[in-house]
Order: sequence, then structure tokens, then C-alpha cells
Amino acid sequence: MLTIERLNKTFAAPAGAVVALSNIQLQVERGQFITFIGPSGCGKSTLLKIVAGLDTAYEGTVELNGKSITGPGVDKGFIFQEPRLFPWLTVEKNIAANLSLGNAQVRRQVEELIELVRLKGFEKAYPKELSGGMAQRVAIARALLRKPEILLLDEPFGALDAFTRTHMQEALLDIWQNSKTTMLFVTHDLDEAVFLGEKVVIMNPRPGHIRNIINVDLPYPRKRTGVSFQELRSKVLGEFEKVEQPPLLDQGAGI
Amino acid sequence: MSTNEVALGAKAGGRQSAVSRERKAGMPKWLYGWVIPVIVLGLWEAASALGLVSQSALPAPSRIAEAFWKLCVNGDMAKHVSASAIRAGGGFLLGGATGLLLGVFTGLGKWAERTLDPSIQMLRTVPLLAVIPLFILWFGVGEFSKVLLIALGSFFPVYFHTHLGVRSADRKLYEVTRILQYSKLHLLTKLIIPAALPNILLGIRLSVGASWLLLAVAEMMGASAGVGYMIQDARVYGQTDIVFVGIILFALVGKLSDSLVRLVERRYLQWNNNYKG
Ligand SMILES: Nc1ncnc2c1ncn2[C@@H]1O[C@H](COP(=O)(O)OP(=O)(O)O)[C@@H](O)[C@H]1O
Ligand SMILES: [Mg+2]
Repeated sequence: MLTIERLNKTFAAPAGAVVALSNIQLQVERGQFITFIGPSGCGKSTLLKIVAGLDTAYEGTVELNGKSITGPGVDKGFIFQEPRLFPWLTVEKNIAANLSLGNAQVRRQVEELIELVRLKGFEKAYPKELSGGMAQRVAIARALLRKPEILLLDEPFGALDAFTRTHMQEALLDIWQNSKTTMLFVTHDLDEAVFLGEKVVIMNPRPGHIRNIINVDLPYPRKRTGVSFQELRSKVLGEFEKVEQPPLLDQGAGI
Repeated sequence: MSTNEVALGAKAGGRQSAVSRERKAGMPKWLYGWVIPVIVLGLWEAASALGLVSQSALPAPSRIAEAFWKLCVNGDMAKHVSASAIRAGGGFLLGGATGLLLGVFTGLGKWAERTLDPSIQMLRTVPLLAVIPLFILWFGVGEFSKVLLIALGSFFPVYFHTHLGVRSADRKLYEVTRILQYSKLHLLTKLIIPAALPNILLGIRLSVGASWLLLAVAEMMGASAGVGYMIQDARVYGQTDIVFVGIILFALVGKLSDSLVRLVERRYLQWNNNYKG
């Protein structure tokens, strides 16, 4: 279980301090799928990096299973917008990374994961030979091999074309339902947020804060064209329209 | 994502057909590079046979080949080449290894970079040939000063490019290694060195070139064996054909060592986008 209480984060900048996160309160049960949506600059990446332990200079409480997060670790997997693969390693070696494929157990798990992310036949390919979607699936497999309790995804499909993105969303839901990993998924795509999340956390900038949390009580697999899906989508959109400044949601809002 | 997979398969197929097309075009690619040398040699031989060029300035290719063969048979060739190879190899290994270690060291640590790098960069600008008199004064003309000169010459390219490569390792990948909890050793062997490898190999290639150049210089400043000595000795006795044999030897060994580094590059840099096999 992830507990965030009275979290504040300030960046010292030359032009004065920037409050990136202000009084964030959030409870995430084990195995939940939470999506975060909000215009750029509202502190989504900052929040994820704090939970990942990549940034420990914050005020407040951030605890995983009652233990304060003091640094990064394999229990908190991270998927960036770019796949960030090691270009000199083949697909299978990228997934293993600092673990040895010579170890029979690692080898078997890597093979299973390659099946899971549907990259069979590409074990020996180098990252430069992969499409964006395939590379991102390698990154996901690399994180999953470490059996993380929680997977943090920062706009992981933002750079993919609409078809690939839809496919990746379904693949991620499959993985989630099989592994029951807790998912924190950041996006600026309204449909993506509603399609994936059990809860959608809506954030606003200046300073970055949580505006509202909306429960998406729709069974999986969800249908984007369904009436209830559209109703929930409008509800989330409505949250944004209450803000004085229109949010920057145009990039991904209308697949 | 079957569309992507199909696209990739198609690309691989395209590559294959390109290869076979090349094969069908007749002459193999490597042969093209030999066209001009063969023509030049033919003209040269003809000019010699017609007495158009002086044999003492420009001996006929056939005479050079004959001298080459004689030197091979009487064992002089093996003696000179092995003496040179030990000198060049020893100097290169000494200089290259020091350059690699120091390059990694100053590339990694801010403190090491601030204190060491400026001095090394300053020394780099000194023309090495200007240091030779000092070496002779200090160490005489013996083996030690020769190896040291070659080591110094091969140190700078490896140092400079290793330093650059280590410095340019991607910060984003570093973040990944923090999450995956790489040990300090893995960080070095699985991130920093592989990321710097294209630069390191470039440095090695340049320093192989530098070590051949300095070998020739060192052996001409006084030695009792070695290809450079052979050239110098032949000059004294007006044996132009043997001078040519020496030059050809330098060219052959230089080309061979360069090809060796390229082979290593082809083997280890296939992943690199910028590397054109
Ligand atoms: N390293 C940093 N130094 C200074 N300010 C930063 C830094 N990282 C982020 N910020 C600021 O914090 C705010 C939130 O950034 P970020 O978390 O990246 O937003 P988002 O991911 O929602 O687009 C922005 O105003 C940004 O300018
Ligand atoms: Mg961001």
C-alpha cells in the first residue's frame, strides 16, 4: 500500500522557488490501477520520481507499506516516455540488464516475459531495429522481471501512434490483470486515463495539486464507444473546464 | 503490433536482396580499390623497362619484389619486422593502457578532471617530435627511450577519446541503472565502458597510427635492427629498392593493424546507429 500525506515539493530556481507539488494526499491500495491526468507542468513527473525514490528532497510523508521511501529500487519499477534501452544490448540482454542470462531461472523468466510482451523472434535484435512500441514493451519486460510491487509509468505511450497506443493499453491491462502489480500511470490523454484507471487523479498546476479523484466503476475490458464510458469521460473533462485557464489537453484528447 | 513485425521482416528481406544484387553485378567490391595501384605498377614497370626512369631513384617494381623476396629468404626481414613489432607493440600497450585508465578516471571524477585534465590537454599540444632531443639526453638512444616515445604518442589519442566517451554517457541511462540497482562495478562495466566504446576504439585506431609514425622516427634516430633501421641503412648504401621494401612494410603492417581495429569495431559496434560497417 502506498501512502502519500501532506507532500510538498519546491524547486529552487534562479527566478525564485517553484512549488511543483502542494499538499498532495493519496492512498493507493495494493494492485490498484491509478491514472494521473493534468496539463504539463502540474507536477506529474515530479510526483512519480518521488515515489520512485529518484528524488528524496521533499516535505511530507511518502510510504510504501509503512516504510518511508529513501531511494530507488527494483520494487518500484519505472517506465519513462522514452524506452531508455541500452543500445549495445540485444532485447533479451536488455531485459536481463544487470542479471545474468547464464542463470537458468533468469533465462526462463526472460523467455516468459518475451512471450508476455509478444516479442518472440526478436530476442537477438538490437534496440535500433525495433519500433517505438516494441522498444517500450522491452522496457516494460525489463521492469517486470524484477517483480516490482509498484510500476510507475510516466506518459509511456505518449510518443506512439494512435494504433500502437491502443494496442499497448490493452497489453498493459493484460499484464496488470496477470501480475496484479500496482500501477501509477501518468498521461495527458483523457481517453487513456479513463480507459485504463480504476481511479483517475486530476491534477492542476501553479502550484501542482490534486483537484479531484474520480472513480471509474466500469468493468474491464472497457468499450470506448460505450455510453457509460462517454459519460465518465465527460465527467473528467468537466473537471478541467472548471479551471480558469484551459488545460493543454488537445494533443491526445480525441482518438 | 503485427504490422511492425511484418515491416521489420520486410526490411530484413530487402537487405538480403540488396546483397545478392551486389553479387550479381560482377566484380566484387574490394577489387575496385586495386584498379589504380595495378595500373600505376604496370606503367611504372613499363617505364623502367624502356629506360625512362633511373633505376637508382625509382627501381622497377620487379626489382623491389626481388629485394623483398631476398630479405625474406635470408632472414633479415623476420629480424627487422619482429624488432619493430616488439617496440611498437610494447609502446602502444603501455601508452594505450595508461590512456584508457586515466581517461576513465578523469571522465568519471569531477575532482580528477579538474586537477589532471588541464595539464594533460596542455601537454597534448606539444609536438612530440620536439621532445625527442630531451629523451635522448635523458635516456640515450636505447630501447627505453624508443618505447617511451611510442607510448607517449599512443597515450594521447586513447586518453582524449576515452575521456570524451566516458563524459558523454547518457544521464537518462544512468537513471535507469539507479532504478535497476546496478553495483558500482556493473555501472562501470555495463554502462560507462560500453557507452564509451565507440570513442575508445576511435582513440585506439588513431593511436595505432601514431605508434607507427613514431616507430619510424625512433628507429631512424639510431638502432641496430628494425624496419626503420633497415631503411636508414639501405639509404647509406644507396639501395633504393630496399628503402622501398621498408616503406611497403610500413604500409602493409599499418593497414593490417587498422583492419584489425575495424574488425573489432564491426564485432562490437553493430548496435551503434552512427557506425557504418
Ligand atoms: N529539476 C527541476 N528544477 C526546477 N524546476 C523543475 C524541475 N523539474 C520540474 N520543475 C518544475 O516543476 C513543475 C512540475 O514539473 P513536472 O513534474 O515535470 O510536470 P509534468 O510532468 O506534470 O509536466 C514545473 O513547473 C517545472 O518547471
Ligand atoms: Mg512530465
